[in-house]
Amino acid sequence: MITKFQVAYKNLLRKKIRTLLTLSGIALSAWVLVSLLGFNHGFETALNRDIDNMGFQMMIMAKGCPYEAATMMLKGGTGLKYMEQSISDTIRRDPDVEKITPMLMQTVFDPNKGESGGIAAYLGVEPKSYGEMKTFLTFRQGGWFMQADAYEAVLGFEAAELEQREVGDMILIPGKNVQFKVVGILNRSGTQDDGTIFVPLVTLQKIFEKKGELTTIGVKVKKEADSSRVEEKFYALPDVQVVNLAQVKQTIMSLVATAKVLVLSIAIIAILIAMVGVINTILMSVHERFQEIGILKTIGAMPGDIFQLIWIETLLLCTMGGVLGVVLALLLSRITELVIRAILPFSPSGGLVLIDAKLIVFTLIAILGIGLLSGLYPAWQAGRIRPLEAIRSDVNG
Amino acid sequence: MKQNEISMEAINLTKVYHRGSEEIPAVHDVSLKISKGDFVSFIGPSGSGKTTLINLLGCLDNPTSGELLLGGRRIFGNDGRPLSERKLTEIRRELFGYIFQNFYLIPTLTVMENVLLPLTFYRKLGAGNDVLGLLKLLGIDHRKDHLPGRISGGEMQRVAIARSLVNSPEILLADEPTGNLDTKRSAEIIRILKELSTTKGLTVIMVTHNLELARQADRLFEMKDGGLRTIDGGVDKKTSGLAS
Repeated sequence: MITKFQVAYKNLLRKKIRTLLTLSGIALSAWVLVSLLGFNHGFETALNRDIDNMGFQMMIMAKGCPYEAATMMLKGGTGLKYMEQSISDTIRRDPDVEKITPMLMQTVFDPNKGESGGIAAYLGVEPKSYGEMKTFLTFRQGGWFMQADAYEAVLGFEAAELEQREVGDMILIPGKNVQFKVVGILNRSGTQDDGTIFVPLVTLQKIFEKKGELTTIGVKVKKEADSSRVEEKFYALPDVQVVNLAQVKQTIMSLVATAKVLVLSIAIIAILIAMVGVINTILMSVHERFQEIGILKTIGAMPGDIFQLIWIETLLLCTMGGVLGVVLALLLSRITELVIRAILPFSPSGGLVLIDAKLIVFTLIAILGIGLLSGLYPAWQAGRIRPLEAIRSDVNG
Repeated sequence: MKQNEISMEAINLTKVYHRGSEEIPAVHDVSLKISKGDFVSFIGPSGSGKTTLINLLGCLDNPTSGELLLGGRRIFGNDGRPLSERKLTEIRRELFGYIFQNFYLIPTLTVMENVLLPLTFYRKLGAGNDVLGLLKLLGIDHRKDHLPGRISGGEMQRVAIARSLVNSPEILLADEPTGNLDTKRSAEIIRILKELSTTKGLTVIMVTHNLELARQADRLFEMKDGGLRTIDGGVDKKTSGLAS
């Protein structure tokens, strides 16, 4: 006994190149769909994680664009604004504040970074307050600097890998001719801290001649405190602005949601193109087998049997293409991520393309649904072929 | 193994095609009776209507008028309404096997798979139990795993015959079955058809251009301008009304 499935499968092998090209079209569209949706999901998750792992709910910064400042804080960057360090004492004394950590970010051009140089960022922190704020940070080697004005550095996991440094090695701040001894290397945290070089706040202020100045103060408010009231209170302080991370998150998420619509539109266009390719291939195949399909009817096939045969062919094509696309997306997710990181002005740390089982199942169902739709017309056409027409096209009587 | 049971009876079968307002009579008032186990052949020039007639007899098309009875059961002519494609398929798969000049084997399926293919769509009770035996009978069992492209034309037609027989039809319609074969292989196919008719009681209706092959049938009909004549021992007998 031979099944309709076997007949359909073997028929796809008849024109191998054409089948392969159609399959590639479906695979590419599935790849685009999985990658784009995976990126969307990954970006959202990574951003959430980054913001949640900041360890504080608010950042106090010198006046300027709050979102630019927040992005700078998340990613590191130039164009920094400064505020008086004395503000930190005022904030620390506020009864609604649980703890604070003052920070100074400094950036320099490092000619040895990347192919043509890049920005190297240094974060001056107080190890005690910073460590208390970010309790999830653990050390792979060593620990925090012991003295407030030491020439010592702690490297995030990725920074250590990039600089290829171990505890005891020295690092140099380009253009400053100052060396730091690496005293600690952090474990991977999946946050921006992974790429950061931490140095004592006082030392950094001294080197960059920013004594008594800060770029940021991280603030953790007490649990019972009303954060929006605290925010309003801090806005009253001179020359500072308050960045509420919950608001930042909300704003970025709404941007991400807008991007999602764009991303889905691209994916849908890719799928529509693949769908047209499938319809074209199957219609051509039906046209080429006009006589053969007619003869199948003389040997007992009902219109429904022919419809099923053609539909199975379409489904096989789409299923194989869908699976291939998902495999491609999984295999190439790292490359996709690198490309996206190179394009995006800001990207959170950690995996940017997150392909999970739910997404794979969704994609396969979507591709199968498209297969079912694409196969309808060619299958209906094939089912309508009359055996007599097939014979007449070949015989003079 | 001849039986007197009537396998097929056509009464005043007529088929008229329309081209614009013009009427083209392809088959005109044909009546005939074919007994079970008969091997009959139709001969005639191109355009004589023989293929149209065999299509009507084989339920591949509806007649414009007339009646067709198969095994005593009235197929066409009940109420003058044409049968649907579905209904025609139901009748075809129950009663008929077909072979054609161009074999129409599926090139991606092996000989065995091609022969089994009709059973994928329909399996008549008790049919298809000894497919290998059928292949042996037709002398192609050693080719069962070959693709059609790897066997000769004569073998391909034998595969087509096996495929047409797998569902145990009562009537085999052969439209130019030797049209693509050389003389030796043509004779072989005719021998097989004749043998099936005599040993299995299969009614065989064949259309051919080749008078020599057609003469090997038990009965020979000539189609001309849509009408039917029976040729009996070289003497033409006009079949005005009934050729039985």
